[in-house]
Amino acid sequence: MSTLAHLFRMLRWRAFARHGALALTTLFALIPFVWMLSLSVKPPEEIFQPEFHLWPQQFSGVENYRAALTAAPMHLFLINGLFVCATIFLLQMLVCVPCAYALAKLRFRGRDTLFAAVLVGLLVPPQALAIPHFVLLHVFGLLDSYAALILPWVISTFGIFLMRQFFRAVPDELIDAARLDGLGEFEIIWRVMIPVAVPAIAAFGIFSVVAHWNDLFWPLIAVRSEELSTPALGILLFRDDEAGQFLGPLMAGATIIVAPLVVAFLFAQQRFIDGISFTART
Amino acid sequence: MSGIALSAIVKCHGATPVLRGISLDIRHGEFLTLVGPSGCGKSTLLRIIAGLDAQDAGEVVIAGRKVDGLRPKDRDVAMVFQAYALYPHLSVFDNMALPLRMRRLSGAQRLPLVGALSRGRRPIEEGIRREIEETAALLDIAHLLSRKPGQLSGGQRQRVALGRAMVRHPAVFLMDEPLSNLDAKLRVQMRAEITALHRRLGSTFVFVTHDQAEAMTMSDRVAVMMAGELIQVGAPDELYVDPRDLRVAEFIGSPKINVVPAAALDQGTRAAMIAVPGASTLAFRPEAAELCAPAAGVLAGVIVTVENLGSDIFLHVAARPAHSEGTLPLIVRVAPSARRFAIGEMVGIDPDPARMLQFDASGRRLRARERVAA
Repeated sequence: MSTLAHLFRMLRWRAFARHGALALTTLFALIPFVWMLSLSVKPPEEIFQPEFHLWPQQFSGVENYRAALTAAPMHLFLINGLFVCATIFLLQMLVCVPCAYALAKLRFRGRDTLFAAVLVGLLVPPQALAIPHFVLLHVFGLLDSYAALILPWVISTFGIFLMRQFFRAVPDELIDAARLDGLGEFEIIWRVMIPVAVPAIAAFGIFSVVAHWNDLFWPLIAVRSEELSTPALGILLFRDDEAGQFLGPLMAGATIIVAPLVVAFLFAQQRFIDGISFTART
Repeated sequence: MSGIALSAIVKCHGATPVLRGISLDIRHGEFLTLVGPSGCGKSTLLRIIAGLDAQDAGEVVIAGRKVDGLRPKDRDVAMVFQAYALYPHLSVFDNMALPLRMRRLSGAQRLPLVGALSRGRRPIEEGIRREIEETAALLDIAHLLSRKPGQLSGGQRQRVALGRAMVRHPAVFLMDEPLSNLDAKLRVQMRAEITALHRRLGSTFVFVTHDQAEAMTMSDRVAVMMAGELIQVGAPDELYVDPRDLRVAEFIGSPKINVVPAAALDQGTRAAMIAVPGASTLAFRPEAAELCAPAAGVLAGVIVTVENLGSDIFLHVAARPAHSEGTLPLIVRVAPSARRFAIGEMVGIDPDPARMLQFDASGRRLRARERVAA
């Protein structure tokens, strides 16, 4: 009996230590976020006060958020972000899924070499390709357009790799059965592989949307016009002015921009976790 | 008539031959089982019939039509797979409807949203629904039609897989070890159900298994394959009583046939038992021998195990052959009422010479001259 009690005590102590460590890391991750929220509702003079209050003494959230929404065409940035991210993801799927299916399930000469090429593609950081992409888009006269924001990302080696790994786990029998049932190769992809691969597609979608919604690097290079700005780029417009004056609206703008991702996360929490543990598995 | 004719089918994986020239005629309406140890090429042969793999040489004719260039869906065959291969995202109904929709609806009618609006689709869908309901009633899965495969037990999935194969009324059913994922009791039950189904449908069934008991209990004819070759094709009892090859004799029948190398016998016994010159191996079934006093038997040994099945008792005996070291494991069937046997008891074994099978050094069956004449 006493050993049992001892065990319980030990387990409780272990759980305590574990939660303590987790709480500490969470705190580190959340502090900038909380700071952002706090600044977004403060008047300018309170922001630079030496003493810190989490909640402002004089609430000026309304002013800051109004400034964020009116000083820059914030709704336009959000719509741009939505359009660019959705288009990138759809086009990526259009390329990835057939490629991944061919690499995973079809037998043809040179398949392994092609897959090795995909793996090499995974090793190349996107920044290394920025200048070639820029030059290409310049040659085709596509700079400063939606096409410039979208086209460089349409072929995702990561997507091909991820989907190929998932498709390999789909039993060959299922594809054989589909062939006997009269499905052609594209119908197999559309009617069998895609529905079966929904978890993998969701996982990849999360990575893709988060990456391109938050991307600042490429839009900064590819786009100049304000009306083409994505959210992350648009937020720079605040900084261009006298930053001190506009820190409150800037933080309000940042809050508006991350809000969609946070809301999406809250709705699809389980999918996020599945997606990440799925990629860890493969 | 929907028979299948295979002639000289050859298939190699790289340099390794998997099928070495298989020729086989499967009659219309026949239940033929391809049986053999794993890796003998039986599944490959089935896939070649289905059109999922292409043979390197030879010809496949289904229902009088050469099908070599045809895709699986154009061959009028249906296949049931080992792991059932049901579409996990579709309900049982949609699983069974897919092959019918693929055949009866046009490409435009199959489109997700546009298709539903198309004019001719409704009567076709109603026809499909009626047929699926009939098939489902036949297989006793009508109450499962709205479920997903993940919510079904192994036996239910098996029935759905059969149903999906049946709805389109194919000329030929191909089954690739469809019972091996079921537990022992269900397997025996499904054996009976599949044979009953075969009788009712009257279609040609080609069934692949590594389990000789399945082959023996279900088939009209059994084709035994070993190492890419067809060794013997015949009715189950023919294979059991009259095997043409030692490997067939050893593969068919449970418990296994007793194999006695002629070299293990002393001069006198050898002369008494070998009826054909050149026989180097003798074999007899457990029921083709009697027990006797140790001194009176052709072979003698110690009882190692007593396997009591109620209807029969199988005695496992470690016989001591005359001219070799070690022991020779033998199995003898005795009637349950006979008497009690103790492990360690010394017994004599007296095989019936008329039922003794004789094989030459390469394992080929040798027949006594009078039987050849007859």
